[in-house]
Amino acid sequence: MRDALREKRSGLTPCDFETARIDTYVGTVPALDDFRVRPDLFDYDCRNNRLAQLCLEQDGFAERVAAARDRHGAARIGFYLGTSTSGLHATELAYRRRDPKTGALPADYRYAETQNAYSLGEFVRRYLGLTGPGFVVSSACSSTAKAFGNAARMIAAGICDAAVVGGADSLCLMTLYGFHSLGLTSRGPCRPFDANRDGISIGEGAGFALIEKADRARAGAVLLLGVGESSDAYHMSTPHPEGLGAKIAMQQALESAGLRPADIDYINLHGTATKTNDASEDKAVFEIFGPETPCSSTKGATGHLLGAAGITEAIVSILAIEDGLMPGSANTRSVDPAIRSNYLLENRQGKVTRVLTNSFGFGGSNCSLVLGVAQ
Amino acid sequence: MRVFVEGVGLLGPGLRGWEAARRVLTGEEPFRSASTIIAASELLPPAERRRTPVPVKLALAVGQEAFQNAGRDAASTATVFTSSSGEGETLHQMCETLASEEREVSPTRFHNSVHNAAAGYWSIATRSREASTSLCAYDASFGAGLIEAMTQVVSWRKPVALIAYDQPYPEPLHSARPLLASFGAALVLTPEATGRTSATFDLEFLQGEEKPARMSDSALEELRLGIPAARALPLFEALARKTQGDVVLDFLTETRLRVSVSPC
Repeated sequence: MRDALREKRSGLTPCDFETARIDTYVGTVPALDDFRVRPDLFDYDCRNNRLAQLCLEQDGFAERVAAARDRHGAARIGFYLGTSTSGLHATELAYRRRDPKTGALPADYRYAETQNAYSLGEFVRRYLGLTGPGFVVSSACSSTAKAFGNAARMIAAGICDAAVVGGADSLCLMTLYGFHSLGLTSRGPCRPFDANRDGISIGEGAGFALIEKADRARAGAVLLLGVGESSDAYHMSTPHPEGLGAKIAMQQALESAGLRPADIDYINLHGTATKTNDASEDKAVFEIFGPETPCSSTKGATGHLLGAAGITEAIVSILAIEDGLMPGSANTRSVDPAIRSNYLLENRQGKVTRVLTNSFGFGGSNCSLVLGVAQ
Repeated sequence: MRVFVEGVGLLGPGLRGWEAARRVLTGEEPFRSASTIIAASELLPPAERRRTPVPVKLALAVGQEAFQNAGRDAASTATVFTSSSGEGETLHQMCETLASEEREVSPTRFHNSVHNAAAGYWSIATRSREASTSLCAYDASFGAGLIEAMTQVVSWRKPVALIAYDQPYPEPLHSARPLLASFGAALVLTPEATGRTSATFDLEFLQGEEKPARMSDSALEELRLGIPAARALPLFEALARKTQGDVVLDFLTETRLRVSVSPC
């Protein structure tokens, strides 16, 4: 991911997911087709849990959790995970194999281990051997951003000492055809904040982070400084035109971090590349931060990872801090002249100590996080 | 972790609202099972009322009752929604369409398919821009909502409403995940005592397989086991009876929640 950001590489390709016939681009993880989950968890085998396991196996993450388990005890580590569609693709496939006479689903269909939103939670809990309290947040595209808030509150309340946050969202026909029905899928790779943007590129992805009490932080570690959560009270699938809910979430995140707008060095935007999201998010960002604070969306590189957007963009934000890299917007050619915020087309190097990242979802569910380096 | 219970809402088969349910749970009246009656919410404009799926109506109705009971303004209160089943009817219709040749899905149905559909409609209906989350923990979904709502109250020192709801799936999903009936349970929780406080909750997370509290009435016990949102019943029974004591609730495998209930 580090290299991809440095090289401004996009992983979006023409959609050839399963039997989908939609003229759009997607971000796929082709390795999932032949991947299988750990044999003892075979009941949970579905595209979404495969994606989760593949991610848990990266970067020594499962080993770091095992070390934390030894340190705190399995019962003191919580799990707060997010997904929008969980293992829904397993249900889509099962609906094609219904009994022609009775309409029944095939006998090998496993609802609890695949379709239920908690499937991801139980799978990850078992995979990592955690026995602390946890659950799955499913608030559409803000899910894994909000999971940071859950973890921070649980740790502060003494319910647990550490927590695994993050989640996974994998491609399925429902989201492809659903966003297409709303006229929100782009024909090419999505172009956030571009004058000619025409919608989202749906991607699949996962990300996880292990969170511990800040008093254990070494100098230079990245801290979760603030969380802001709000609702639009406007429409189920269209953001508030003035970005009112977005503004409340960003202001609360700053307030809970005890920071002013000028303290933020870079903003990782939700930036889905729909006409309405980018316009309303720009209004909200400009009103709070003005024309200077550099900001960009990384969805031109990753696509919109839906429920996994929050965690993956929190990780982008952490990399921005660690590498001093504010990523330019992949695929965006010229910034919409109506945009007033300082939108980055090209990568910018510089000291990054604090980042704000936005995630907004259907139902008007908004979440902003502030991440920053320990002083 | 201590919170104050300010408002209660309950809707289930033969349990038509908290007042009626209270009389059943105290034993004043026998439990008679009947279909859950879910009124369309007058909070929503008529056009939206027609388009809202049943689980959303259920969540809105039980949530609204808890706020009326609390005498509190929903517009300025954060919410925690929790459901095991989410939007079953919409899921079924979408999957049927996607299994057909045409695959012409309805955009409204698509935005109604998200697990946080109830939270979205609630926010529109009550004009609340407060934080709202939507959780799932399969059979432990009520416990997940309770622990999250209480943690929010304690962290933010602000009132939070918990709205738990489950609506049975249509076939063929019903056979794969049978749920007994529609059931909703809601609480308005506050960080300090108010004029309407009826009890306090202290919550503890437990390891092990301690026996969860059961309902003495076998039909109510069947509900408790047959609907994830109805795992709340022993807690609501303690509220109805105004008894002091510990209620152990089912949570995740090998974990429990112990709630010490003290009536005020």
